[in-house]
Amino acid sequence: MKAQIFVTLKTGVLDPQGKAVHHALGALGFDEAQDVRQGKFIEMELADGTPKARIEEMCEKLLANTVIENYEVRILDGET
Amino acid sequence: MKAAVIVFPGSNCDRDMAVAIEKVGGTKPTMVWHGDSDLPDVDLIALPGGFSYGDYLRTGAIAAKSPIMDAVIKAAADGRHVLGVCNGFQMLTETGILPGALLRNAGLDYICRDVELVVEDSGTPFTLGYQGGETIRVPVAHHDGNYFASEDTLDRLEGEGQIVFRYGEAVNGSQRNIAGIRNRRGNVLGMMPHPERLIETELGGVDGRPLFEGLAKTLG
Repeated sequence: MKAQIFVTLKTGVLDPQGKAVHHALGALGFDEAQDVRQGKFIEMELADGTPKARIEEMCEKLLANTVIENYEVRILDGET
Repeated sequence: MKAAVIVFPGSNCDRDMAVAIEKVGGTKPTMVWHGDSDLPDVDLIALPGGFSYGDYLRTGAIAAKSPIMDAVIKAAADGRHVLGVCNGFQMLTETGILPGALLRNAGLDYICRDVELVVEDSGTPFTLGYQGGETIRVPVAHHDGNYFASEDTLDRLEGEGQIVFRYGEAVNGSQRNIAGIRNRRGNVLGMMPHPERLIETELGGVDGRPLFEGLAKTLG
């Protein structure tokens, strides 16, 4: 099975990298881009039947720093 | 003063730290590899600067889960003194020994220069050698030194006098210009600037020396 993990900065945490990307998009003429927040996307191959709680434990212990980040786990059941 | 310096893959200030401890404290520290699980019997544990694990995932995040860190966390809880400088400070926040987190510098630049630091509290074992309110000049060399914590945490840090060093000017976006904090008990200090780089006149100054003198005085 496969899981996708999205790690994003919490609201209120400044994201200078996202700001720089936003600025660069504006310079390229993409005025539609109103705000950019940059995060991390982690894709993981897991032993079949791994409970979601186990993946969340990985997030809590290592993959995200919950002082500044939120995480979201999506489990992909069907292999593509 | 019996001390240990923990060495991680990617540490690059471990030898400077060892030299500073030996020159000022008189005893050569034990260098401990991060993969060990036991600490020698020491009074001071130093987590050095550098780029442990290439700063992958988050600065200090993987080092914080190294085998030796369980022993460091326990030693800190037992009241042993722990000094984390730069990447070491990042590890201390990642383990949760110190509150908050260190984000990418607000200007996105890697900052490598001398900065003014105000010694907010000269009552800690780490700052005994300074005068309270004194301004010193110490180099910073970091990309992720922008201290962040919730407003509640910041207020608590202020209220309990846990902010030990503050930048004399805005340097990297750190909230309330925080450059170094201690834990509530006072036996753990994390700071972004590098006192271990300023212990000899020949190297540009001695403003970092009193930190090690204070520790040597406290720890014998």
